[in-house]
Amino acid sequence: MSVSAAGGVTRVPAVEGWYTLDHEPHLIGCRCAACGTYVFPPRSGACPNPNCDSEELVATPLSRVGTVWSYTENQYAPPAPYRAAEPFEPYALAAVQLEKEGIIVLGQVPKGIMAADLKVGMPMQLETDVLYREVVDGVDTEFMVYVWAPAGPSAAESIGGRS
Amino acid sequence: MSDRDLVVLGVGMHPWGKWGRDFTEYGMVAARAALKDAGIEWKDVEYVAGADTIRNGYPGFIAGSTFAQKLGWNGASISSNYAACASGAHSLQAARASILAGFCDVAMVIGADTTPKGFFAPVGGERKTDPDWLRFHLLGATNPVYFAMFARRRMDLYGATSEDFARVKVKNSRHGLNNPYARFRKENAIEDVLNSPIVSDPLRLLDICATSDGAAAMIVTSRAYAERKLGSLNGVPRIRAVSTVTPTYPQTILELPDFATDSTAVVSPPARGFKDSLCWAAYEEAGMSPSDMNMAEVYDLSTALELDWYEHLGLCAPGEAEGLLRSGATAIGGRVPVNPSGGLSCFGEAIPAQAIAQVCELTWQLRGQAQGRQVEGAKAGITANQGLFGNGSSVIVSV
Repeated sequence: MSVSAAGGVTRVPAVEGWYTLDHEPHLIGCRCAACGTYVFPPRSGACPNPNCDSEELVATPLSRVGTVWSYTENQYAPPAPYRAAEPFEPYALAAVQLEKEGIIVLGQVPKGIMAADLKVGMPMQLETDVLYREVVDGVDTEFMVYVWAPAGPSAAESIGGRS
Repeated sequence: MSDRDLVVLGVGMHPWGKWGRDFTEYGMVAARAALKDAGIEWKDVEYVAGADTIRNGYPGFIAGSTFAQKLGWNGASISSNYAACASGAHSLQAARASILAGFCDVAMVIGADTTPKGFFAPVGGERKTDPDWLRFHLLGATNPVYFAMFARRRMDLYGATSEDFARVKVKNSRHGLNNPYARFRKENAIEDVLNSPIVSDPLRLLDICATSDGAAAMIVTSRAYAERKLGSLNGVPRIRAVSTVTPTYPQTILELPDFATDSTAVVSPPARGFKDSLCWAAYEEAGMSPSDMNMAEVYDLSTALELDWYEHLGLCAPGEAEGLLRSGATAIGGRVPVNPSGGLSCFGEAIPAQAIAQVCELTWQLRGQAQGRQVEGAKAGITANQGLFGNGSSVIVSV
């Protein structure tokens, strides 16, 4: 999957099949066809529920909004295979609890939003951001990753609404 | 004493440090020290349980045979275990199973490591299906990121402060001051911790354990063998329980190196989370309770994680660890000293050796040989340890 952005830059996900890059991006998890439990990251094969012997995990979009389970901020550049910008800019990460799916998913937080801006229980919404940029076969390419951003009031309201 | 007890006949360590030498050199020092401490010869050892290191090539993956060959082939049976940070305890469990099954009477448990500088990074290459590789690539989720999220939850939910975390470091730095095997033997004040740079907020450099070179070994035997050799087993430390249980689905705490927890959508969380269950499986096997413990050696990968362990071990209720720490109960001289060795805070982590080192410390304490850090009158102690991918351990030793 690739999306053309403005200015001749092509956008591709940094990992295939984990999230969409559309206007309202969402994570792609899996749901067991038999017992209904969820998994993320998406995968094929056996259901993780020990009471279920299903081998059919079906790709499914996950809720875009959730609440902060915990968070942190990296003050030092992580080692490879992370591709840290130079000079390194500290950034935050948040683990966000999705109510309907009953899972917590770890992600980066958009650049410029720091740990001091976050709190356990705070509403968050899924977005995407540039992980790194590289020219691939002559094509200027942005490799995109999902990020958790503080949710606006309308998204925050929908957390309570079990879809 | 139970027929299922294992006798700790000898323990030995190589000091922890950062020299970058061949890990087998350290292991040999620990092995020879444990044999000497046990008063037996290498040829008496019938089984070698090696804890693997994954950063030192082939010899690291077959630690049992590496050390059996290095000591000089003696025909012993061997096993090699990899269970991340719990590798040493899983090796102990392998030796214990072999002894309790009657396959052998005398076993050596051994682990040694040489570590690179800086953050632990995944094994090299581009491996887009390996979650350990991907967490670095997509998120920059280093190990301290996970430690920091546990710390942040203590702050936001229980009102823990950076000073509380610093107090753990201050306590452990005092404990380790006189430990000849500790790498960092310098007393730290609260200000030292608070003035050290933030690595992963809220954790600072002195809140997070380093990676170290080191080695630990022990000689464990059947009760019958030890009785023949020693006569009386009065005052001789015995392994009462070894817990190596895995999580029960759904695992609801975001653990290293995962992107996400299991789902609670169709199965309710277990009554006991993973780290609680590790400790309680040990208590249940030993027929003992938290109040029977005179000390604990816990995996303080960060200062805040030591506080989590107080609660997992049942030394206090959830949310009360900061109070227990501030009361002095977990310092030497208190009700239940935690990390009398100085812990990972003073050692740094030498992965395959660390869970063995925890048992070595309990052994010295129970014999009254922990000079300069002795927990007076200690009769029983417990270890707690956790690593990647559902590996963990808890061992109870008593006299």
